[in-house]
Amino acid sequence: MKVLTLNFLTCAVKACKSSSASFPLHPKDCELVSDTIEANPALIYNVLPRVDWAALITTASEVNPLPLSSVSPSPSSHLPFPPPNQIQVPHKRMETDKTNKESREQLGFPTLPAQPPTKEELEADEKMMGELHTLLLETQISEGMLRCGNCGHEYRVKEGIANFLLPNHLV
Amino acid sequence: MEYMIRFTQVHETFRLAEIEALAVLEGIHLEVLSYSPSSPFCFVNLPSEDAAKRLVKRSILAKAIYEVWGSGSNYLDLHDNVRGLSQHLWPLYKNCSFKFSVDSFQGSRSTTEQRKLIEEFRFLGFDGPIKMKGAEQDFCISEEWQFDAAALGVHQPQAVHLGRYIGGSEREIIGKYDLKKRKYICTTSMDAELALITANITLAAPGKLFYDPFVGSGSFPVACAHFGALAFGSDIDGRSIRGKGKGKPDLVANFVQYGLTNQFGDSFVADLTNTPLRAARLFDGIVCDPPYGVREGLKVLGCRDPTKGKEPIFRDGKAHHTEEGFIPPKKPYSFLAMLDDILDFATLSLVDGGRVSFWMPTSNDLDQEIQIPKHPCLQITSVCTQEFNRWSRRLITYKRIPDSEVVAGVAREQRTKETGVNADDLNPFRKGYFQGFKAAFR
Repeated sequence: MKVLTLNFLTCAVKACKSSSASFPLHPKDCELVSDTIEANPALIYNVLPRVDWAALITTASEVNPLPLSSVSPSPSSHLPFPPPNQIQVPHKRMETDKTNKESREQLGFPTLPAQPPTKEELEADEKMMGELHTLLLETQISEGMLRCGNCGHEYRVKEGIANFLLPNHLV
Repeated sequence: MEYMIRFTQVHETFRLAEIEALAVLEGIHLEVLSYSPSSPFCFVNLPSEDAAKRLVKRSILAKAIYEVWGSGSNYLDLHDNVRGLSQHLWPLYKNCSFKFSVDSFQGSRSTTEQRKLIEEFRFLGFDGPIKMKGAEQDFCISEEWQFDAAALGVHQPQAVHLGRYIGGSEREIIGKYDLKKRKYICTTSMDAELALITANITLAAPGKLFYDPFVGSGSFPVACAHFGALAFGSDIDGRSIRGKGKGKPDLVANFVQYGLTNQFGDSFVADLTNTPLRAARLFDGIVCDPPYGVREGLKVLGCRDPTKGKEPIFRDGKAHHTEEGFIPPKKPYSFLAMLDDILDFATLSLVDGGRVSFWMPTSNDLDQEIQIPKHPCLQITSVCTQEFNRWSRRLITYKRIPDSEVVAGVAREQRTKETGVNADDLNPFRKGYFQGFKAAFR
C-alpha cells in the first residue's frame, strides 16, 4: 500500500470519523518495499492539494521504525528526519529484481517542509519533486498493521493489501 | 467546419455520450448537426481539423472522422453537392498521393462497382499518384443503405457522402483488453469494450485519480489506467483482489500484463457503507458496476440479526476479531440503498466537475422499471442502455457540480428503507430476475 493511499485512509469505524485522532492511521511493525514508478509530474501536481500535509509529515516519521531522536520540534523549520542509514528495512521484495534494485538509502524519507510546496515551487525544485514521488508513489507498506489512534483498532496489511473490514461490534 | 464521425453500429446509445465526454475532456466545442441511432454516420460542427483529430483519437465507438466534402440522396446529388461545397479544397490536394475507398453501410459493392463509383469523381482533377497503402490523403465514399435492401430489391443507397479522412480512433485496443486473453478475470468482469467506454465517459485521463469501490478483478481500473489515470479499487471480498494464492494471478497481474503498473494506485479490502476513505475531495472519477444480486450477492458488513454481535467475542482470552483468519460477518443489503450510498460517497469524494458512473440493471417492463436515482449535488450527464432480452442495464453518469451551483432547499429524496433481511426482499431486481420479471415489483 502506497504512502499516498495511507494519506487517503482513516479508521473505518463510523464513530471514529469525527475524532482527529483517527487520522492518519499509525503503521505498526511494518515492512516497507519500494517499487520503481515512472515520474509523473502532472499526477503529483494534481495529487498535492488532496494530500493532508500534516498527516503526511506524521506518516513519514512513523514508517521509520527507529525513534526520532534528532527531530527538532520547531514547526517553522524543515522537519529533519534521521539520516537514511538509520532506517531499517527488514524486507525488500524487489531486491532480486534487477530493474527495481535499489539501495537502502533510497527508502529514506525526504525532509518535508512544514507547509506543502506550491506548484511553482515544485516546478523549480526537481529534487523535492523526486522525493515526493518516491515517498507518495514508490514507497509501499507490504506487511504490518495500521492502528487507529482513537479506537485502537488495528487493520492488517498483507502482501500490500490492507483489510478494512470490521467485526460486527464495530459496524 | 463540418465533419462526419463514422461510428460503429453497436452500443448505439453510448455513442453520443462517449463523443460528448471526449469533447469535454479535450475542451472542444462540439455541435451535433445530425445523428440517428440507426445510422453510423454522425455530422458535427467542429472548430478545426486538429479538434476533429483529438475528438476521436481515444474513442472506442467511433472508427474515424472525415472532413465532409458533400452529401446527397443519390450520386448525381452528391456530385453536384461536392462541386458546390468543396471546390475550393480541390487544388490543395491536386498533386499529393491519394486513395479512394467505398464504405457501404448495410450494403455491399463488388470491386468493379466500387471502381466505377470512384472513377465518377474524376472531376476532382487530382493528378497525384494513387497509393493504396500510405497515401497522403484518404477519401471515402460512404453509402447508407436501407435495412435489408437486397431482400427488398432496392438497388440504390438512400444517402451517399464524400469525406476526406482526418483521423482514426482507438477502437482496435478492444482486442488487446479482450477478457479471453486477460490473465485474471472473475464471473463479473466487465467486457473490455464497455469498460473502456465507461472510462471515456467518466473522463479518465493522465494525472487523474480514479476509484472503483466494487473492483472485483479490476476491469474498470485497468480501463481507466489505459487512459492514463491512477486507478484505485476496493472490494468487500478480498479474495477477488488477492486471487487464489501465491503464484496465481491476482488483480495486479492484469496491470502487469498490460504494462500499466505505473498507473496502478492501490487496492484494498473495504465495504463502501463503512468506508475507510476520509471524507475529502480525493477523486476525479468513480466508476463501478455494483453487484445487483444475480451473479454476485450484494452484501455489507454486519449481522443479519440486528440484536446479535454487539460485543466482541473472546476465545481463550483472545479477541476473536484480532485473529488472522477472522472473517467478519456480512448481511444482504438493498441495491437501491447502495446506489444512494454511491451517490452520497461521490458527492463527498469527487472534485468539482468530477464524474461518477455506475451500471444499474432494470426490467424492460415499464411498470417494473427501476428509477434513476437523483442527488442535488450531482447532475446527470448521460444515461446509456445496453438491452438484453427481458432486462437491460444502464450506464448512468453524473457530474459533481460545485456547491455554489447546488440549488438550495432541494432536499435529497429520501428512499423508504427496504425492510427485510433476505436478498429477495431487499432487491426487487434480483427477485424479478429469478421470477422471469412477472410477479415481482408489485
